[in-house]
Amino acid sequence: MTSVWRFVSNALCRITGRKVAAPTVSEGSTVVVSNSLNEFTTRASFDIKKCDLHGLEAGPPLKTELSRDEGLRFYRTMQVMRRMELKADQLYKQKIIRGFCHLYDGQEACAAGVEAAIDPSDHLITAYRAHGYTYTRGVSVREILAELTGRRGGVAKGKGGSMHMYAPNFYGGNGIVGAQVPLGAGIALACKYQGNNQICVTLYGDGAANQGQIFEAFNMAALWKLPCLFICENNKYGMGTSVERASASTDYYKRGHFMPGIRVDGMDVLCVREATKFAADHCRTGKGPIIMELQTYRYHGHSMSDPGVSYRTREEIQEVRSKNDPISLLKERMLSSNMASVEEFKEIDIEIRKEVEDATQFATSDSEPPLEELCNHIFSNNPPLQVRGTHPWAKLKSSS
Amino acid sequence: MTSQNPTFYPAEDRVKMAASLRCFLRSGKNAVSALRRQAFHGSAPAAVQVTVRDALNQAMDEELERDERVFLLGEEVAQYDGAYKVSRGLWKKYGDKRIIDTPISEMGFAGIAVGSAMAGLRPICEFMTFNFSMQAIDQVINSAAKTYYMSAGLQAVPIVFRGPNGSSAGVAAQHSQCFAAWYSHCPGLKVVSPWNSEDAKGLLKAAIRDDNPVVFLENELMYGVAFEMSEETQSKDFTIPIGKAKIERQGNHVTLVSHSRYVGHCLDAAAVLAKEGIECEVINMRTIRPMDVETIETSVMKTNHLVTVEGGWPQFGVGAEICARIMEGPAFNYLDSPVTRVTGVDIPMPYAKILEDHSVPQIKDIIFSVKKTLNV
Repeated sequence: MTSVWRFVSNALCRITGRKVAAPTVSEGSTVVVSNSLNEFTTRASFDIKKCDLHGLEAGPPLKTELSRDEGLRFYRTMQVMRRMELKADQLYKQKIIRGFCHLYDGQEACAAGVEAAIDPSDHLITAYRAHGYTYTRGVSVREILAELTGRRGGVAKGKGGSMHMYAPNFYGGNGIVGAQVPLGAGIALACKYQGNNQICVTLYGDGAANQGQIFEAFNMAALWKLPCLFICENNKYGMGTSVERASASTDYYKRGHFMPGIRVDGMDVLCVREATKFAADHCRTGKGPIIMELQTYRYHGHSMSDPGVSYRTREEIQEVRSKNDPISLLKERMLSSNMASVEEFKEIDIEIRKEVEDATQFATSDSEPPLEELCNHIFSNNPPLQVRGTHPWAKLKSSS
Repeated sequence: MTSQNPTFYPAEDRVKMAASLRCFLRSGKNAVSALRRQAFHGSAPAAVQVTVRDALNQAMDEELERDERVFLLGEEVAQYDGAYKVSRGLWKKYGDKRIIDTPISEMGFAGIAVGSAMAGLRPICEFMTFNFSMQAIDQVINSAAKTYYMSAGLQAVPIVFRGPNGSSAGVAAQHSQCFAAWYSHCPGLKVVSPWNSEDAKGLLKAAIRDDNPVVFLENELMYGVAFEMSEETQSKDFTIPIGKAKIERQGNHVTLVSHSRYVGHCLDAAAVLAKEGIECEVINMRTIRPMDVETIETSVMKTNHLVTVEGGWPQFGVGAEICARIMEGPAFNYLDSPVTRVTGVDIPMPYAKILEDHSVPQIKDIIFSVKKTLNV
């Protein structure tokens, strides 16, 4: 069709309310607004999967709207996370990153969808598979990679590493499985105490879901109606143990028992966004805590020391990659609704590649933290103190 | 978790009465002059007798009033007025928002307390006894103590963990452990152990105002003991610096270093030894971490002899650390004999009174150890 015909067709559709008669429109999408002078659809409505509900009469909506800008931002965010994690994989294999490295690729829709539904002034805490959230909560790829490579330019000056990155209203990055859940409930308590209408999103995995302290946190959060949004990222495996082998009940959204819960398709960023909006609203309106179970998948093993194929098949991983990849899902949706072009996505990919390469360059060339830093940051707001070194003559100094 | 009402231990009462009498005798000089002042001027004496319990209560009351970010949570702290009545009256005054009763979930509520500190509040997290803190120790160490360092200064954790520590009377093995050594092992924590009312009040206020995690080790047997508190110590701004020891008694022949309840034992032993011409310098550590080694070293360089006294077990204990530090510092060359450690017996605490009494340092053990150290 020529652009003139498209103009006429779109105008007629708007008047009559009919769907745009383009053969490539995906099932279940409706063009809501079309900018007649531009090629692309600027806004479309999509059907999203229904969420299973526990203790709730109604759940998130079954339809959501996505603007072109929002879509491109989602794509960008998820693709940055993807490329950053793959770069971390590479650097780890080159032994430039050491220790623990738990990669998030496959789960991008969770971090991107959650962040889109909350405010920057809301709070978020997660476990050790944290690089994605560190990014969505505002830390640059540069500072993340430099932290992984243990350089002074890292977000924690190289002193934290993969599992201990922090930002305003982002409380890490926590190494002890499940410990972050009571912490998150405590952050929510502070929100309620201070009356600031903020919520705390508290994430944990299917493995952590069996920790006793999580149930203690559930109890107190529900008892005191804390504005805490508990999210279980169920990626089907706690390290090498599948959910069926670890949990008597794998309905993690029901584990809160007296707390309402919803089970969400965690591979669909729009589903995650809508569910998070719904759940955040629940918390913010004083109804107390709620659980969201995000059904998601990680492509890598548990950590870089786990090839990830001894407890699951390569076919399974391949199946998810080809049929259910969160970035591909979004891309296909946008392409079939004519919200963007293949070239545009390619351009974004190139930009992101450059961004990650620049960050890598920094992360591999920046200097390590100076030895004078060794003993700093023991105490906050404290006069300098002496710290014992490896032998009695090593009298080291610590400043706040 | 003990289900007994802890305020009716006959042993505790006896200990309290004896301790109060000793304190009165010790402070006799001040009391007499205070009475004289009263008789002369007809006005109330500036110094007052305050129990350790009330001193702690006042400290919390004043800090709750001073800073609205301060709040108290723990089992039975609100409507029960505190398992040991330390928080008596606070719930009535400040209400549900600031004084929070928790379910029996140490790991959970300690984590919640730490999280609230990360997000801008200043919690006081009470463990009914520090024995129960073992269930929550991951939150104290990994979530609270290490976070400022791991975040390179981005995330502070201004929290106080407080509660009774060490042996009580007849509560047996699972309720009698001293945690001073365990917590003091860890960088990122401050560990404070008050002895008397002045210590209790000044150190608790300082701990609450400190921007770091502070483990505040109280002692149940000291709660009911009254001490004189000067006018200065009654001020709402009175704090004691964390990390500074106090010389409770001057002496030339031997240095006694102790913390918490055993400071009193040391002073009692010193009174007995003085009659035999042995003058003990008694140091009240007040803070276990960071340890004020300088005060101990200065004293040892004067007296040439050192005896440490603690209620905890000997292996890897507070006394063991003091020995190591003395050896590494200038005071070693001034020692005329090796350092002696007086400690709890290296066993789980038994129940029967005669066994329990022999499981912890008695005054005669201190006197014996001093004489052995001085070779007299």
